[in-house]
Amino acid sequence: MAFVDDLGAALDKTPGGGIILTSLDAVMDWSRGKSLWMMPMGTACCAMELIAASFSRFDFDRHGSIPRPDPRHCDVMVVAGTITRKMAPAVKRLYDQMPDPKWVIAMGNCAVSGGIFYYDTYSVIRGVDEFLPVDVYIAGCPPRPESLQDAILRLREQVSTDSIAPGKSRALKSELPSSGSPRKGERDAAGGDVG
Amino acid sequence: MNINELREHLCSQYPDLCPLFSVEFGDGVLVIDADRLHEAATDLRDLGFDRLGMVTAVDTRDEFELVYRLQSRQMHAGIFVKARVPRDEPTIASVTDLWPAANWQEREVFDMFGIVFTGHPDLRRILLTDDWVGYPLRKDYQDERIIRRPDYI
Repeated sequence: MAFVDDLGAALDKTPGGGIILTSLDAVMDWSRGKSLWMMPMGTACCAMELIAASFSRFDFDRHGSIPRPDPRHCDVMVVAGTITRKMAPAVKRLYDQMPDPKWVIAMGNCAVSGGIFYYDTYSVIRGVDEFLPVDVYIAGCPPRPESLQDAILRLREQVSTDSIAPGKSRALKSELPSSGSPRKGERDAAGGDVG
Repeated sequence: MNINELREHLCSQYPDLCPLFSVEFGDGVLVIDADRLHEAATDLRDLGFDRLGMVTAVDTRDEFELVYRLQSRQMHAGIFVKARVPRDEPTIASVTDLWPAANWQEREVFDMFGIVFTGHPDLRRILLTDDWVGYPLRKDYQDERIIRRPDYI
């Protein structure tokens, strides 16, 4: 991604380049967010839910999330399952093989915190965030595929804040000042009538 | 073959093993001395126990108890063989030459309990990393990375 980074940095410094940068960011984030290819790092029972998510009932292809067997094809690593101390170097190595930009979803309690293996265990890593930068956590033992779907959509929202210029980010749509919800005003008016 | 027929068959072929035979929870159990294990295992294999189901160990805090599960396809029977080794020098003869399946099973027992199997062709750690210190399934295993479960959970 060196070329894109250089382009982003150059546009950021050029007077008036911000207009082009913003438009370019919008296109890049739209395309990145809609093709989050998954690295299915399934090591335990959560992998069953991860596999179910790819098949016809949940069909994550419609989100553009296709599981790929090769880390070099992938954008997001879904760590689904218990990571032992012996497995951690292999996970880190696969993560390092993924091209930038890359994201991590910690799926299930084991990947979040160690889960039921938190106490009295000699071999389990307490959360994959001990050695990977996790973007989205999903609780559950195991979580339903709907939770994974929610995580993909949240990650897409997060991806839409990224800028190709180093060190810059775009505001989340939900963080932008809003003009207020008309529904809330209606409810207040109704409450006043009842009172 | 039920357990009484198994006992009769064993006693008729190997009378010296007969007094060691007992029944625990409906299963035939042979408790033998550790230094006689290989000899007895050879006899049992010749008797027809052609399959080694598993090898495991129990830390009784006083000593280690090796547990071998032998099965026979001809007799449709299974038997447990138990042998006890002292904690300060846990050494026992390997049965890899009788059942090749014992190879990785004994490596796992070595990995988790530190029991040395003499005559094993390749006694290395199998599940843990090679530089691991200690044997985690021993009751007195200490590791600063373990978080003990508090009483209120």
